[in-house]
Amino acid sequence: MNAPVMLGVPKIPPPAPRGVGHLKGKEKFPVAARRALADTQLRHNLGKATTTIRSKRAQVVAELQDWEELREAGRQLKVHTMAHLPDYLAQLESAVTASGGVVHWARDAVEANQIVVDLVGAKGVDEVVKVKSMATQEIGLNEALEAVGIAALETDLAELIVQLGHDKPSHILVPAIHRNRAEIREIFLREMAEVDPALTDEPVALAAAARQHLRRKFLSAKVAISGANFGIAETGTLGVVESEGNGRMCLTLPETLITIMGIEKLVPRWQDLEVFLQLLPRSSTGERMNPYTSMWTGVTPGDGPQEFHLILLDNGRTAVLADADGRDALNCIRCSACLNVCPVYERTGGHAYGSVYPGPIGAILSPQLTGIEDNASLPYASSLCGACYDVCPVKINIPEILVHLRAKHTETYAAEHRLPNAEASAMGAAAWVMRDPKRWARALRSGRLGRMLGRKRGVIGDVPLPLAKQWTDARDFARPPRQTFRDWWTAEQGGER
Amino acid sequence: MKTALFITCLADAMFPEVGKATVRVLERLGQVVEFPAEQTCCGQLHVNTGYQKQALPLVERFAEVFAPYDAIVAPSGSCVGSVRHQHAMIAKRVGSPALVEQVEAVAAKTYELSEYLVKVLKIIDVGAYFPHRVTYHPTCHSLRMLRVGDRPIQLLRAVEALELVELPAADQCCGFGGTFAIKNADTSTAMLADKMRNVLDTGAEICTAGDSSCLMHIGGGLSRLRAGAKTVHLAQILAATREEPMIVGRAERQAEVHADPEAVL
Repeated sequence: MNAPVMLGVPKIPPPAPRGVGHLKGKEKFPVAARRALADTQLRHNLGKATTTIRSKRAQVVAELQDWEELREAGRQLKVHTMAHLPDYLAQLESAVTASGGVVHWARDAVEANQIVVDLVGAKGVDEVVKVKSMATQEIGLNEALEAVGIAALETDLAELIVQLGHDKPSHILVPAIHRNRAEIREIFLREMAEVDPALTDEPVALAAAARQHLRRKFLSAKVAISGANFGIAETGTLGVVESEGNGRMCLTLPETLITIMGIEKLVPRWQDLEVFLQLLPRSSTGERMNPYTSMWTGVTPGDGPQEFHLILLDNGRTAVLADADGRDALNCIRCSACLNVCPVYERTGGHAYGSVYPGPIGAILSPQLTGIEDNASLPYASSLCGACYDVCPVKINIPEILVHLRAKHTETYAAEHRLPNAEASAMGAAAWVMRDPKRWARALRSGRLGRMLGRKRGVIGDVPLPLAKQWTDARDFARPPRQTFRDWWTAEQGGER
Repeated sequence: MKTALFITCLADAMFPEVGKATVRVLERLGQVVEFPAEQTCCGQLHVNTGYQKQALPLVERFAEVFAPYDAIVAPSGSCVGSVRHQHAMIAKRVGSPALVEQVEAVAAKTYELSEYLVKVLKIIDVGAYFPHRVTYHPTCHSLRMLRVGDRPIQLLRAVEALELVELPAADQCCGFGGTFAIKNADTSTAMLADKMRNVLDTGAEICTAGDSSCLMHIGGGLSRLRAGAKTVHLAQILAATREEPMIVGRAERQAEVHADPEAVL
């Protein structure tokens, strides 16, 4: 008999590295949200925009009789892909290579940025054009390029507004949702050298100014950088779905194209797009079909970019995949339907989340990519109302993952600290009282909620008061009754009822 | 048929009138209701705040206490939602396969009040009388976790003298969300402001719902604004009759007080 082979203990994959990219804000959610809530312009813009997209989506979704079957198909395709991710990634690499593309593997944001910097540097250019891409925002690519003297020009109109405004995107699909036309006019007048000083805030005039500004760049750029909505393992085809056509200019005009794709963006077969290209536009913009769908496979001599690089990005995704209760977050197809229905997002906007991935999906994705303690306030940025789960085109049970991540946080905190915090003490005390009906009845009979916790006052100290204040700042407190229900029941049972 | 009342910890401690009303309605419809005194809490507060392990004994207790009954009825969509959707999850993650079976069996016979009346007893007119202008807020967990649908509306429409007015943007969360109301008090309040605006726009005297928790939130806000309108649980409306009407004008035991928390605790 052979001696057993020691294969070692599998290591937990690392989260996204700190200090690079945009997955974590400087402030906790409640602090940033408080400021956002006071911004009247932001509240108005968001309320109007989300309400409009929400009703458009509801309308086009209602048109499809097989919507629920489509959602289930989307979910199953994603679950299957994640279960076989290594095989499909290898298949994608072979197919891209066979079609004349070059595949690079990036463990994290630092590696991905370095690969791009080296590739662009080798071309000797100091300017690149970009297609709207969440992955490049996630890794902070623009900053990495700027650090070596390369200007990255955003060509998506909304991303351009954000970039010229020295701002950050606040929505996955509509990055400048927090700006209105007066603000955009002001940004253009200030930041576009060639703009007509008589520019008005008419949307047509603003779009024309942006078009003029961008057209010159499309024609002169040698290198373009994009993300990808889909990567098809079977054929090695990459796909970008957009509305403006600026993406297609980037994808076809420059000589070199560099695409950065999160490893979860994979689909096994060409045919799978029949599901996702129905789910995505209806969920995101509320359109039956998006205006531009660009697909490319490697390079084609004499047509389009003659050099194609695909960078496959991990940056914490393998760590998410390792958590059976949280991994469904990777199934997201970035439609942003969950943002548009979320009552929290609608009022606070995207910046409060501190990550490029805001809203409900961001609240489950960002903390998993960075490691829970680096984004511990995000899983609590939800009332668990469930509207996100209802609209998700791939049926991600966002409320359940939020609750899972809350537990992951309290358990990580407990493991890293010798003493429980005030909340954990209060929860422990409440559980101790509630697990025994006699203790519970005694606590209730005292008629005062505080006493329930007060039985262990030595442990919990002054907890109830500041917590109660958070409630009574805006709402009156219900006066506890003189008799609890169970005491009434007992009394009635003794007499007649 | 052995029917048990699952009172919920919140109604037991803070809103006994809701429990009494539930008993009154069920008994009026010929049901024999028992109250197993060994019950405490479903554990939702712990699960939703991130304390799954601490919730386990509460989940075990619930399954044990209610196992002998044919039907378990609660005046709360949220707590029934927890029993139906969270107990099995907790049992799977921190409990045992035997517990999973146990909690699933109990969950299958646990009903929110409007579900029990309309789906199980198949009764829409419960013989109630409530001469007031009322709007109905479908709580998130009733609406999206339990899918109670229009059952509460059917029940309300059958109440004699009740004038039901539609709540605009009814499917929007009121901002309660358990500890969310405290951890994210500002965002919660912003959501509450919109809910109250919609309630007041209807001109209703009463905003009703199937959850004391959400009503405590909306009612606490309305009371703070001295808005005049107040919140009343669906069970209390259904329990009111011509013979035993509910007097809504008078300040009652569960009336909200503008409180310095110190005065309450």
